[in-house]
Amino acid sequence: MSEHNTPLIQVKHLKKYFPAGRKEVVKAIDDISFDIYERETVGLVGESGCGKTTTGRINLVLYDKTDGQVLYRGQDVHQMSRAERYRFKKNAQIVFQDPYSSLDPRMTVADIIGEGIDVHHLAANKRERLEKIYSYLRAVGLNESHASRFVHEFSGGQRQRIGIARALAVEPEFIMLDEPISALDVSIQAQVVNLLIRLQREKGLTYLFVAHDLAMVKHISDRIVVMYLGTVVETAASDALYGKPMHPYTQSLIAAVPIPDPEKERRRSEETIQGEATIAGATQGCRFRTRCKYATEACAREMPSLREVEPGHFVACHNLDQVGR
Amino acid sequence: MDNLLEIKGLRVSYHTYQGEVQSVRGVDLEIGQEESVALVGESGCGKSVTGKSILRLIQAPGEILPGSQITFDGRDVLSLSKKELRAYRGGQASIIFQDALAALNPTMTVGRQIMENLLYHRKIGKREARAEAIRLLGEVGIPNPEKRVDQYPHEFSGGMRQRVMIAIAFACQPQLLIADEPTTALDVTIQAQIIKLLKQLQRENHTSILMITHDLGVVASIAQRIFVMYSGVIVERGSSDDIFYRPRHPYTRALLQAVPRMDQEGKQELNSIEGTPPDLIAPPEGCPFASRCKYAMPVCARLAPEVTDFGGGHRCACWLYHEMAPRVAELNDPDAAPAGEEVGQ
Amino acid sequence: MAQAKNTAEALRPEDFVILRERSAPSDLLVREPVGYWKDAWRRLRRNKVAMTSLVVLGLFLIMIIIGPYLRGYDYITAAPQYKNADMSAQFWLGADALGRDLFSRLWVGTRVSFVIAIVCTAVQVVVGCLYGSVMAYFGGIVDEIMMRILEVITAIPSLLITILIMIALGNSAFSLLVALCIASWCPTARVVRGQIMQLRESEYVMAAEAMGERPMRIILRHLLPNIMGILILDVATSIPGYIFQEAGLSFIGLGLQTPAISLGLLISNGQAVMNSHVNQLIFPAAVLCIMVLAFNLLGDGLRNALDPKFRK
Repeated sequence: MSEHNTPLIQVKHLKKYFPAGRKEVVKAIDDISFDIYERETVGLVGESGCGKTTTGRINLVLYDKTDGQVLYRGQDVHQMSRAERYRFKKNAQIVFQDPYSSLDPRMTVADIIGEGIDVHHLAANKRERLEKIYSYLRAVGLNESHASRFVHEFSGGQRQRIGIARALAVEPEFIMLDEPISALDVSIQAQVVNLLIRLQREKGLTYLFVAHDLAMVKHISDRIVVMYLGTVVETAASDALYGKPMHPYTQSLIAAVPIPDPEKERRRSEETIQGEATIAGATQGCRFRTRCKYATEACAREMPSLREVEPGHFVACHNLDQVGR
Repeated sequence: MDNLLEIKGLRVSYHTYQGEVQSVRGVDLEIGQEESVALVGESGCGKSVTGKSILRLIQAPGEILPGSQITFDGRDVLSLSKKELRAYRGGQASIIFQDALAALNPTMTVGRQIMENLLYHRKIGKREARAEAIRLLGEVGIPNPEKRVDQYPHEFSGGMRQRVMIAIAFACQPQLLIADEPTTALDVTIQAQIIKLLKQLQRENHTSILMITHDLGVVASIAQRIFVMYSGVIVERGSSDDIFYRPRHPYTRALLQAVPRMDQEGKQELNSIEGTPPDLIAPPEGCPFASRCKYAMPVCARLAPEVTDFGGGHRCACWLYHEMAPRVAELNDPDAAPAGEEVGQ
Repeated sequence: MAQAKNTAEALRPEDFVILRERSAPSDLLVREPVGYWKDAWRRLRRNKVAMTSLVVLGLFLIMIIIGPYLRGYDYITAAPQYKNADMSAQFWLGADALGRDLFSRLWVGTRVSFVIAIVCTAVQVVVGCLYGSVMAYFGGIVDEIMMRILEVITAIPSLLITILIMIALGNSAFSLLVALCIASWCPTARVVRGQIMQLRESEYVMAAEAMGERPMRIILRHLLPNIMGILILDVATSIPGYIFQEAGLSFIGLGLQTPAISLGLLISNGQAVMNSHVNQLIFPAAVLCIMVLAFNLLGDGLRNALDPKFRK
């Protein structure tokens, strides 16, 4: 977005390879680059196995990278000193997908939220610590009476809000939201998304929102990065991406989203995208070509690179002229 | 009309260490021949328990309470003998689950698992069964079925595993398929493929489908009739068009509005339903939705709502349609219904 | 559809007013909080065998503390006039070959055996936990090296180590402790390592890492509390093992030696005179058996009570 000129996080030519067998490697992330500006929400979208969660976790130094860089305010997060990393971890937080396994079952809600306060010495004394915990509980729509409870007493949506309170407790600037709503019911999803939008507005947070639910990503994101099997295929402002998707993969993703309207569903074409996202048979060239109806020889020869087709709208495809809108 | 399946007054409780959880508290539901019916609700509302009850898959500490009635093709399911039950399960009615990996035996090839069902329910030899298993795998869209038939579940992707489950479920051409959140764990592109496959198999096999899901989007393309469930009771039922275009219950309406739409510009607050569903250890006396309802009245907390019939099988359990209740414009005026808005892409 | 049986009740107009202003629909928790330990205790309490064992062990504990002083006798100095006295009102369980009150000596001996078992178990669990969790948490080369050390220790027969140490250090309570503990933590370390390897993958540990929590604090705050159930089981099943080991070693003369008093020594002494004074063998042996049995039964009960599979 043009109004913010300093990227908070820059991902540059990031690669992550896993060894698979004797000589082969799985290129889980293969040379991806994108920026996250201050106070914006970047949606990272793709099907399972596309590397979106791995990317997010590498950004937070929870995983190692194979090659490339992740810069936080210009500093490489993987080259930080111990003290610098400690400060970085206060500023960059994560909310997980699974509200069940991401909260310690033996800790009370107060201790879960208080952990970050303790680690970063954000409270001068016990009283202040408790007051802070209460204020974060209220910020996510819970109250003091929940503080001494254990997590198994809460529903999925309530747990996810506790997870958000835990991330907020270290007063971060950046939060990676790792599919925070995909395990929740529709009515609860809306609650959590509203909460996230409100918190962003109040606290000036920056989000990386990782998800596979396109409708919800559209709703919360300013810009969207679409990934397919470890590569970025399209990047654009949210409205532009949905208004005019250019990459064939993005188009089929959007077309596959079910519409809660029987009339529209009846009129809709029965055509669905064939096959599944698999790396087999696409080690060279465009990885989507095995499922793409516009695939040509060029797609098999060479991996397309991201080109700026319209201001701020990047697409990686050889055959943009043929791809129908 | 001769219904394939009729459920009357179904009540299911789980006896836990904290007390009796009343998962299903009196559900009436019927499915016609070759009909697609959807049962929609949030997690914990009892929709899956209802689905499992149809096949009598409720295990201790769960219990189908006396007084419940399940009739399948004129027979009383709850009084079937062990032998009859085995023939009924997998033969006349089968079920597929959300988690296909957990539902498949990891130490057996998928071919054997399909054959097992065939050998049990149909009088055919091993050779024939194997050929049939390969044919079924091909039919559910698995490439190279001759090769895949000898592979183990972990060698399949999530979508392919669900296809295997569907192949097992359709092996004996059942009259009823219960699909319990079959696409929830899958990616959108795979979800679209599976839904398409289910519709195609339903047409070919003349099967009735009970689709259990929390996602109204999935339901729109497949269901003819929809039951909306909340806290163990059906709050609204009707044709697909009734539910999507003329929702009467505040919960149904709120649920439809909570779904984000692709045509909305920029970041907006979604219409969320605040609060959480009641704990079914101590279900509320009145309407279970009262504590979260925008239109709650004093009577709602005190008494269970009466059922109002809107014609054409569209019924709703809500006090707002009582003669003494005030008229709420957006619920009575079909044009204000959420699905009437433009959704395009 | 929903119940509609309540039409008989009178409906008033004021019942039908939409309450626009309501207290926010709170996320009420109506269930009583039931913590993990509270729930485990509740299940343990329903297990009659385990509860009986617990009561028996409680009685033993009381006797260990007060038993030797109940009769007020000197149970160390020899009193030849009471040599091998039979059971009587004066000597409830009789007296030994040196005329000392067997009742008092029995409880002193039990106390010694018990303390040795407790100390050994404590060493085993603490060392095993630290070793195992460091191995699992750091992984890689650290794990590799520590695992090799552990394998070397477990490769040597433990009885051999014990005997060698007893010979090298002499027969004292301290050398017995060292001998019993030196290799005993290895199985615990392995179990802890396996458990923590699993827990390490969990997202709440990753969340703590993302927060900048130090590794040692993650082990103490998240990992160890979550394997507490398994540790308690380990404790409950280790104690009887140590009691047996001490008795066995003392019995064959490799453990404690007179003038020390322990269950093993008492049994050994009693065995020497069992043809004429069977009471000197039976009572120490009975105490040993009942105590070990009670610990094992309690261990079984704990296993069931702490296993999450039995929840709900």
